[in-house]
Order: sequence, then C-alpha cells, then structure tokens
Amino acid sequence: MLDGALAAAQELRGEEAGAAKVGTGLARSLGVKVFSALVTLFFVIVFNFFLFRVLPADPARNLVRGSTLTASQMAVINKTFGVGLPLPRQFWNYLVQTFQGHLGISFEFHIPVASVIGAALWPTILLVGSSTVLSTIIGVWIGIRSGWDRGSAFDRTSTAICNTLYAMPDFWLGMVLLIVFASKWAIFPAGGMHSFGGGGSGFASVGDLLWHLTLPAIVLTLVYLAEYSLVMRSSLIDELGSDYLLTARAKGLRDTMVRRRHAVPNALLPSITLIMLNLGFVISGAITTETVFSWPGLGLASYSALNYPDYPVLEGAFLLFSAAVIAANLIADLLLTVFDPRVRQA
Amino acid sequence: MTVTTEAIRPGQIAWDRRRRALAAFWRQYRKDRSGMIGLAILVLMILVALAAPLLANSRGLDPALATYPANAGPALRYPLGTDSDGRSVLTELIWGSRISLLIGFAATFLSMVIGAIIGIVAGHFGTLRNWLGRQTDNVLMRITDWFLVIPFLPLAIVLARTLGPSLHVIIFVIGITSWPGTARIIRAQALAVETRPYLERSRALGAGHWHQMSKHVLPNVMPLLLANTILTVAGTILSETTLSFLGLGDPTRASWGEMLNAAFNSGVGTGNALWLIAPGVAIILVVMAFTLVGHTIEAVLNPKLRER
Repeated sequence: MLDGALAAAQELRGEEAGAAKVGTGLARSLGVKVFSALVTLFFVIVFNFFLFRVLPADPARNLVRGSTLTASQMAVINKTFGVGLPLPRQFWNYLVQTFQGHLGISFEFHIPVASVIGAALWPTILLVGSSTVLSTIIGVWIGIRSGWDRGSAFDRTSTAICNTLYAMPDFWLGMVLLIVFASKWAIFPAGGMHSFGGGGSGFASVGDLLWHLTLPAIVLTLVYLAEYSLVMRSSLIDELGSDYLLTARAKGLRDTMVRRRHAVPNALLPSITLIMLNLGFVISGAITTETVFSWPGLGLASYSALNYPDYPVLEGAFLLFSAAVIAANLIADLLLTVFDPRVRQA
Repeated sequence: MTVTTEAIRPGQIAWDRRRRALAAFWRQYRKDRSGMIGLAILVLMILVALAAPLLANSRGLDPALATYPANAGPALRYPLGTDSDGRSVLTELIWGSRISLLIGFAATFLSMVIGAIIGIVAGHFGTLRNWLGRQTDNVLMRITDWFLVIPFLPLAIVLARTLGPSLHVIIFVIGITSWPGTARIIRAQALAVETRPYLERSRALGAGHWHQMSKHVLPNVMPLLLANTILTVAGTILSETTLSFLGLGDPTRASWGEMLNAAFNSGVGTGNALWLIAPGVAIILVVMAFTLVGHTIEAVLNPKLRER
C-alpha cells in the first residue's frame, strides 16, 4: 500500500507538470482537478452498481442470502433493486436514488442506510483524526532526527522499531494491547466508546470518552507513525547531498539552522503529500481496529454489515470509503498546487 | 574429431553475461547484513512450510481428533499450548505457514502478471507517435489510477463476500486489487527502456510489437519486477491475514490469519495467550523478511538507494 501511495504521489507531481502546461493559470488547473475528481467519483458509483447488482448471478437472492426476511421486506428489496426491470432502467433508477441520497434501507436496523452511516461517521472521524495528528507529528519528528543523523544509535533503533511496526497487522497489535492493558492489568476498557450509563456528564463524560479512545488511537498511531517516519527519513536523506545545504553551511549557519530552515521544509513536501493521500485509506483501514475494540464507527458498521449480511449498508460504506480517498487525493493535489511553486510553474 | 562443433552456441554469450551479472549481484547482496538476515528467515520459513508433514501430524488439525485439554498453557507435547478445541498451536502454526505462504505467492504472481502486462503495454505503446498508441497508454493508466483510488480493504471485502469464501477467491481478490503500484513502476521503467538504441535497432530490423515487448522490454524491466515481487509478497500476506481475520478466508484450510480470527472470536485474553501471539509473531517475521530482502535487492539494483 505504501508503494502504491508513493507511486500516486510521484504521479501527482508528474501530472501536475502536464496539466500546468495546458492551463493558463492556477484557477484553470484547480478546475481541471476538481472536474477529474468528480469524474472518478462517478466511475465509482457506476462500479458500485455492477459490483452489487450485476456481478452476482441473482442479485436479490444474493442480497438476502443467509438472512431471514419477511415477505414485506422482500417486497421492499425487490422494489429498491428494481428486480425484473431491464438493466438500463435499473441503472437509471440507481443513479437517481444515489444522487438523491437514498442509499437504501438497512436489512439489520430497518432504517435508511444514510442514518446508519451518519451515526457511525463521527466516532470514525474522532479516532482517525486524533491518530493521524499524533502519528504525523511523532512520525515526522522521528524521521527528521533519524534521517539527519543517519547511522546513529537513534536512527538504527527507530528504523528497526518502525520496520517491525510496519510489518505488524494493526488488529494483532490491538489484541495484544487488549490482553495486556484490559485483561491483565485492567487499566483501560476492553472496548466500546462509553461506559455503561454514559460514564457521567460534562467533563466526566469527555474523560470517559478519552479513556475509551486511548487504546484504539495508540494502535492506529503506532502503525501509521512507522510509515510516516520511514518516508520522512528517506525524503530528508534525498535532500542531504543538495547544493543549497552546502551553501547554507558555507554561509556559516549552525547545523540546527541548516536542518530547520533549509533541509526540513524541502523534505516535508513529499511526506505531507503522502500523509494526505493516505488519509483516505486510513478511514477504511480502521475497519479491523474498530472491530477489535468494538469502536462504533464506520469500520465496525461495515464489519457487522459483512457478517449479517447487510448489503445496503456495505454498499453505502464502500461508496463513502471510495469518496474519502478521492477527496483526500483532491485535497493533496490542490494543496500541492497552491503551496509548491515548482509544481505550479513546471 | 571436428573443431567446428566447438563454436559458440547461439545464446551462449547472453547466458554468460547473465551468469556474470548474477554473480556480481550476489556479491553486492551479500554485503548487506539486513538483507542476509531477511533471506535467512525466509529460507527457514519456506523449509518449515515444505517440511510440515515431517514436523507435525496433520491429524492434529482436525478438531474431532483433538485429544489435548482445551486452552492449556505450554507443555512438552504442545510447546505453544492449545487452542479452544484442544489442538496444538504449534501444529496449527506449522501447517498454517503453508496456506499463508501459498496465498502470498499465488496472489503476488497474479498481481505481477497483470501489473507487468499493463505496465509494459502502456509503456511500449505510449512511446509510439500516433493517436492509437497514446490512447492505449491513456486508457490503461486511467484504469490503473482508478484501481489505485479504490480503497483495497472494502473492495476485497465486497468481492470476497459476493464470490464466497474459498482459497481461490482470496487469491483472486488480493491479486486483482494489488497490481496498480506495480503497473505504474513497470510503465515508468518501460518508458526509459524504450528510448535505448537497441530498441531503435530492433525496430529498424523490422521487429513487431510482440517481439520488442517480449525480447527487449520485458528482460530489461525484469530485475525491477523481481524486487517489486518480493515487496508485494509482504503486502499480500498482510492482506490475507486481514481478510481471514474478518472471516472471509477458507475456514477449512487454516492460515495464520484464520488462527487470529479463531483466537479473537473465542475471546481475547480468556484462553491461551500464545494462540494469539504466535501467529502474529510469525506474520511479522515473514513480512519483515520479505521487506528486508526486497529493499536490499532494490538497493543493489539502484545504487542511488544504497546509501540509505
């Protein structure tokens, strides 16, 4: 996944050069990017249709496989999926419904999919947001320290730890932390987002939430920190031999100043691009961690939808996960265009 | 006694050159300590997987034949303890290595074939100076971009769910979702190869597209493809673990991911902790070994990376 993201990051910069030549200015090239993101989103919606309703031999039967449904529920499914209608007609209905925000009715909860997803959205944003901020800050800091003093004891230790963390399945790390901190020592809760009864009110409730957030956030932070620090380290090493660093040293700047004012700002760009690109994937990557800690976010919702099986929720979640990646791509792309003059004028 | 038969056989020069290149490669590789550690772990793991029938009786995998106490700690007859069905964790671990490695290699192979074909075809036709060539490249790269954007895990979950749980489906799903990075890298390398004089010479001599791609472009992107393959195996093994953990694997052929799934479902922290820890450590070791070997090969092939 890291390789894919890196390739995408490189491609972004490459494409940037091509797009800038065609456009007459910043606004034009931003417009092109927004448009192409919308086209990609449309393709995802089309793909979704094929994945859930055309690929299975008998979509309606496949959808209800393994679940017990009443005749009226079956009628609702037949109606929403337009079973019996010609394919183009089904496709048109699907498009209209999707653009109106009607993602279907959940088999498990009997409420609209949009409400199921809406309720699960904020816990995921809380978990992914806090661990992204932490892993970015710590990861970039470790990357700078180990890249600048390459081969030092700190570098060797942190690179070994990061390589280990990078090879670790996140849910396994979560389960190990659960055994140690929840079963053996009982310092942290075994899962969920609140204690029974809501865990008090006001500050007590916030404290309760943070107490539940700690373990899953640590897992995601550690796993992504490894990736970010390895990338930051290697992009800083790429800059080490640069002429402008020699110039800065020749001017008589202290080592810390050379690092802080000259090397880091240049090395930061690829890392930040990668982190932004990754953000979209982190949201769907949290599926396993949320499952282990019963964190009531989108990941857990997709996991239970997978086991039920609740296809409308799965379909909605898939659409949202894809949209998140496209949005993250677009934002990374726009930020890069605005902030990197080399990319803009290339 | 004829002297003429001593003449150089066709292809002899090329093979000598390749053998020398391989020897030089190995001399470089051997200098890298982390690469050698990775290689040693890898060889050991593959030997364990191949020798599984000698190391542990496969009858020990059948829950109906399990005779040990359930959830027991380590003992002489079951050094890593037992699971909730009373099976030896070590036996499961040894046999699980077969499935995990098999899925890892097979899915990687599928992903490499797709990635290499798309990368080479896009790179080759992309350099042609005509409309059709540019469009071929364009369309292939659009598809690649698009697969790169689709989040892997949800797509794999949806595919595995609609197609049903089996070993083949898992391999297919992982293979079909993990090729875009390879296609990108191979295309970039193919574009560089396309500008070399030997391709111009071969075109001037009337070589067709197939000949150019298979005899010139492919051999020249091969080393990069190899490094990429090894790195991809690390990723596919992790993907298998994740999918099996979510209950999408084949429960009758237990991989390490299936073990983690079973350990999780029987309640974390209640039974034998080694049941959960052992497969995790095995996964980390294998994934790290593949990563170390892959990065070392990359560094030997690309001296610019070597100073890292």
